[in-house]
Amino acid sequence: MTDPVHARISDIVSSHDVVLFMKGTPLFPQCGFSSRAVAILERLGAPFESVDVLQDQEIRQGIKGFSDWPTIPQLYVKGEFLGGSDIMMEMYEAGELQKLLTDEGVIATN
Amino acid sequence: MAMAAADIEALIVAAIPDATVEITDLAGDGDHYAATVISESFRGMSRIAQQRAVYAALGGRMGGVLHALQLTTAIPT
Repeated sequence: MTDPVHARISDIVSSHDVVLFMKGTPLFPQCGFSSRAVAILERLGAPFESVDVLQDQEIRQGIKGFSDWPTIPQLYVKGEFLGGSDIMMEMYEAGELQKLLTDEGVIATN
Repeated sequence: MAMAAADIEALIVAAIPDATVEITDLAGDGDHYAATVISESFRGMSRIAQQRAVYAALGGRMGGVLHALQLTTAIPT
């Protein structure tokens, strides 16, 4: 038995190297946490697919169970859940996010 | 809806008894908090697992009653 919403999410995260589930769009984030997540990815020059959960209530609820994570934004890299904006910021500050995205071939080495 | 900082701290400490919890009310509105949770029990856990432990302590309030909680977890140094 596959939850159809989980199947949709699974399809999204496996179709793009980097996916950010967020509130709003990269240009017009609707929440400070989502805004911070976008800023981190843009700073690293990482291309990403964004999913505005405010435009899709199914995904907005479904992503929480799919990731076992209660909040938005959520970052996926190569289909793996990486965390929310606090973890992104910690990883970014430690240089780990840049390393991971480089290792995964998402951004070029400097 | 909102939660008092003391209630947030009490829930975390109830679930993670050795935790040192520091909570800051970011906007002064009882709805946007930053929390730092330091616990020996986090040792060996990934960042995701550490944060999940805190979210579990909050028992489903996160993303509901508790709208915004900027969360930092760490192991005592």
